[in-house]
Amino acid sequence: MNLTLLLAQLLNGLQYGVLLFLLAAGLTLVFGIMSFVNLAHGSLYMVGAYAAALAYGAGGSFTLAMLTAMAAALAVGLILETTVVSRLYRRDHLDHVLATFGLVMFFNEAVRIVWGPQPLFVQVPESLVGTVDLLGFGYPLYRFAIIVAGLVVAIGSYLLIHKTRVGMLIRAGAQNPQMVAALGIPIGLLNALLFGVGAMLAGVAGAMAGPVLSVQSGMGDAVLITTLVVIVIGGIGSVTGAFYAALIVGVVDTMGRVYLPLLLRQVADRSVADAAGPALASMSVYLLMALVLALRPQGLFPAHRT
Amino acid sequence: MMFRALWKAACGAALAAPLIAAQAANIGLVAPLSGPQAIVGQDQVDGFMLAVEQLGGKLGGQSTNVFKEDDQLRPEVGQQAVRKLIDKDKVDAIVGLSFSNVLMGSLPRIAESGVVAIATNAGPSPIAGAQCKPSVFSMAWQNDGAAEAMGKFVQDKGVKRVYLMAPNYQAGKDMLAGFKRFYKGEVVDEVYTQVNQLDYSAEIAQLQAARPDAVFVFYPGGMGINFVKQMSQSGLTGKLPLYSVFTVDGTTLPSLRDAAVGTLSGGMYDAALDTPENRRFVAAFEAKYKRTPSLYAATGYDAANLLDIALRKAGGDAKKLAAAVKASAAELKSVRGPFRFGKNNMPVQDYYAFETMRDGGKVATRVVGTPLKAHVDAYAAQCPLN
Repeated sequence: MNLTLLLAQLLNGLQYGVLLFLLAAGLTLVFGIMSFVNLAHGSLYMVGAYAAALAYGAGGSFTLAMLTAMAAALAVGLILETTVVSRLYRRDHLDHVLATFGLVMFFNEAVRIVWGPQPLFVQVPESLVGTVDLLGFGYPLYRFAIIVAGLVVAIGSYLLIHKTRVGMLIRAGAQNPQMVAALGIPIGLLNALLFGVGAMLAGVAGAMAGPVLSVQSGMGDAVLITTLVVIVIGGIGSVTGAFYAALIVGVVDTMGRVYLPLLLRQVADRSVADAAGPALASMSVYLLMALVLALRPQGLFPAHRT
Repeated sequence: MMFRALWKAACGAALAAPLIAAQAANIGLVAPLSGPQAIVGQDQVDGFMLAVEQLGGKLGGQSTNVFKEDDQLRPEVGQQAVRKLIDKDKVDAIVGLSFSNVLMGSLPRIAESGVVAIATNAGPSPIAGAQCKPSVFSMAWQNDGAAEAMGKFVQDKGVKRVYLMAPNYQAGKDMLAGFKRFYKGEVVDEVYTQVNQLDYSAEIAQLQAARPDAVFVFYPGGMGINFVKQMSQSGLTGKLPLYSVFTVDGTTLPSLRDAAVGTLSGGMYDAALDTPENRRFVAAFEAKYKRTPSLYAATGYDAANLLDIALRKAGGDAKKLAAAVKASAAELKSVRGPFRFGKNNMPVQDYYAFETMRDGGKVATRVVGTPLKAHVDAYAAQCPLN
């Protein structure tokens, strides 16, 4: 097996994983601390992608587009938290699912009504066009940029959570929210802040995905499911867990897609392998999740809830 | 006030209904109008409605009611829509009928009712072959047509080693089979990806490593946008010729632009076709909807014009409509060029090769060949109709 190719595929997996982490970080905290199931997290990703695409199209600056996406996702996240989500914390998980599923449909339709069913056009920023030579193998520069940006955000969130007072409260909230509230911490404000930051990270993911993926109504739905898998594998409420799980899922999914069909061809008939390969590959991350749930139901890096 | 006005209107409509029914043409329009493929459905509706408008709101000289239904790209929803149109709205014809899976799901009810159905987005092989029906037509294509044309085009160019890619479902397999029916060179690899996959980085790395002479893909809608963008970002576009069907077309080009420059695609229509009918159609469509019509808009537009001729021929006799539709194709001035129905009611038409190129500051398409002329599909022989 070609080593350069393997390296390129590892980078692909890493890049996918980093994108998943940005989505999973917010989702896992909201789930872990407020015990709130937010299916509309994918819509916030879409909000980020649309805001960036529109700002980039209008202004021509990618930096400005990223900032717009962050601001838009943060604003929409905070509005959602105060108007809808905060009313539902005390309710049942099924109510959360029902309400946020409604939000998903609302956002998808709203986007379609305003900007139409046509996907938006987003370009790779001028400075990130081109490929990096990887021992004779061209790897897109923009994907490198995604990896770097994602790792920076990961380190930033690690510092925020482990080295600051707010981070301490977040960690405390993940383990025992009632106790945090009893100590006089304004848990409502903390929740809103957390939801907003999670939304902003999802917005960043959407904005970064824009030049690579098609920006259209419903773009957040598929990625949300994989994100849920990530937080289950990582351990609900654990950002560290989400980070490792996102990278694992990214690499497993990428490697599965490439090498499972090839492996199957060794053991089975060509036509059988062609049919079963992609089907099995699409199951690989779910199989991984099932395995984790069977062996470590609390996830790989649980938030030590007592 | 409001209620009184509504009540009056309702009474009026109820009284007038039997009178209108005697002279009005009722047409059902089924298309995916929500979800990721909504643009494909919207183009068919817009194309159809443009033609109705140009004909003064009438088809075959009769005032026309169009009932639009969203099938959400789900066979069971499409089936319900078709039942409603046939049983409740008592339509004379149903147009659109969405993707192959939705069309196949609705087929039993349509065939049983005898209502004329004109598909503007699909021509699945069963309907082209043994299950062909006298009242079911395709105004679009037999599904394999465009891929067969690309296969022939690539074969004629003398390309030696081709890499094939498609999503892992029936249409994906049909497209690659269609390509291979006319391409006789070496197939380096045949890769099936997950349906609605977002990221193709892994597959593109494999493709790059395999070093073929060209790649042929079928990635409709958002999948195509993702694939073509990502291939361009890998620096492959321009170095490795990309041939495709239903991937780079009027619906995806506005969001691809430069990423698609240099790619070649096969199909029976593109706004670039230079015929008087098409120039008129493109100008009218752009004036009304502020965007360039895709092949889906063209099939919708042609279907309305075909029905206009057919309804006139049938002279209000529902039983004669199917035969009239078939005969009308000879009189239709299709925007795609020569058109007629084969014995299986599938289109017999030309398939073109289009190149996406830069034209001044804009990205445009041009015709670079007509690999298949008056092409009859491979399944026609299995159809028992005459």
